[in-house]
Amino acid sequence: MKTHFLADTTVLLGRSMRHIFRSVDTIITTAITPIALMLLFVYVFGGAIMGETENYVNYLLPGIMLIAIASGIAYTALRVFTDMSSGIFERFQSMPIARSSVLWAHVLTSLVANGLSLVIIVLIALAMGFRTSANVLEWLAVIGILALFTLALTWIAIIAGMAAKSVDGATGFSYPLIFLPFISSAFVPTETMPGPVRAFAENQPVTSIVNTIQDLFSGQPVGSGIWVALGWCVGILVVAYAFAMMTYRRKIN
Amino acid sequence: MTNPAGIGPAIQVQGVEKSFKNLHVLRGVDFEVAPGSIFALLGSNGAGKTTMVKILSTLLKADAGTCTVNGFDVDAEPLKIRESISLTGQFAAVDEILTGRENLVLVAKLRHLKAPGNVADDLLARFNLTEAGPRKVGTYSGGMRRRLDIAMSLIGQPKVIFLDEPTTGLDPEARLDVWRIIKDLSTQGTTVLLTTQYLDEAEQLADRIAILHEGRIIANGTLAELKQLLPPAKVEYVEKQPTLEEIFLALVGNNSKEPSGDRS
Ligand SMILES: Nc1ncnc2c1ncn2[C@@H]1O[C@H](COP(=O)(O)OP(=O)(O)OP(=O)(O)O)[C@@H](O)[C@H]1O
Ligand SMILES: [Mg+2]
Repeated sequence: MKTHFLADTTVLLGRSMRHIFRSVDTIITTAITPIALMLLFVYVFGGAIMGETENYVNYLLPGIMLIAIASGIAYTALRVFTDMSSGIFERFQSMPIARSSVLWAHVLTSLVANGLSLVIIVLIALAMGFRTSANVLEWLAVIGILALFTLALTWIAIIAGMAAKSVDGATGFSYPLIFLPFISSAFVPTETMPGPVRAFAENQPVTSIVNTIQDLFSGQPVGSGIWVALGWCVGILVVAYAFAMMTYRRKIN
Repeated sequence: MTNPAGIGPAIQVQGVEKSFKNLHVLRGVDFEVAPGSIFALLGSNGAGKTTMVKILSTLLKADAGTCTVNGFDVDAEPLKIRESISLTGQFAAVDEILTGRENLVLVAKLRHLKAPGNVADDLLARFNLTEAGPRKVGTYSGGMRRRLDIAMSLIGQPKVIFLDEPTTGLDPEARLDVWRIIKDLSTQGTTVLLTTQYLDEAEQLADRIAILHEGRIIANGTLAELKQLLPPAKVEYVEKQPTLEEIFLALVGNNSKEPSGDRS
């Protein structure tokens, strides 16, 4: 019996896109906290941190984007949780559709929603003086890394949404993820940090991703850093996906 | 009449067992449902009615026993079953952010029907929801939500419909609406398995009634057969009191011509 994975996913994607465009506030909220952080760091702390030598917005933007993604995926967890608890998930599961398309629709929606938030953030950053020498290829690389990062975190969000017992449980998991960029090279260079913190900061995924995007934006060679960044993204993605599928299977049997 | 072989029961349940950890919910359930009939599964809270319905609609796997729906085995051919059934769960499974019409279109598209818009409009009319159709379901009353929920389940004309406590939480008028819908379905040849805690609901609707208690079916028969299980009624002279339902319906002026358009 053939299922209609693509057709079903498209229909369900249309559904959650409607959700997004009927609550545009979720996109704005996702963008607003990172933007506020960006304003704060550039106009309040920026002088103290960087002096006048460098364009601090350029330095900051990659980390700000990662914070936006980390907070944006909480809405995916929320949407998955709502589907689970409202019974609509069971309705879909009892219908002759490709079962995994229910999850994939949420994943694609997360990519679109986070993409929109990021566009808003980049536009604000441009207004604040963000400049880049990146060419089309380098931009594509940046977009690819951000998409991969979003994908990885989205699958974590889907686990949280499926496993959660309450709304708070569904969204709470994202707080540590949002915090991670603060202990990385996103705001200040890691060299300024005390030993153990520095060791953590230099070896956690955010730093390699931030450094890679900073290099791509400033037209510097990315070196082997990009492989570390990609390795982290793919690694998290694979593990999260496997756990999500495990949770999902437990859910549907 | 409705299954592939053209004969045999629409639903057949044999020796079904299901436990959640240490909780042995179903301990050997057996029953059959004839095609085109209405079958009521009665039981108190926690009896396992929802569990049984979920097993039959391929959402849960039984630990033991066999179930067939329309002649298909739930374990072997779940996809075939999903094509010929629909489930209205215990809690209205509607999308609050979409409009009523969009909910129907969504299901019609997922069932790969042609002209999903027409399907939706027909159902809206049939369920007195045409006016409410363009509104977000979040603004619907409980009764409207339930009607939409059932409407969504009728899309694609499934041969077997599972209704898990279809009238719980509805006011008497809305309940009568739902009853009318269920009777219509059965008249058109659809097999209906419904669960309920209301004895009068089973009495009103069901061709056969089964009582699920402590994991087993302890009684199964027509209303008349079940009545015979009890000692014969004593003759007593009591003033005929109107039931509360009759009083309520009289006071709110239930004129069944206009069955509850937009009570929100
Ligand atoms: N997923 C689950 N995990 C653990 N226990 C469960 C699960 N689902 C149901 N149960 C338990 O199984 C028992 C039967 O539940 P079920 O929902 O089937 O009862 P029900 O007859 O539908 O009750 P109600 O009338 O309240 O809807 C209950 O004690 C319930 O707590
Ligand atoms: Mg129940």
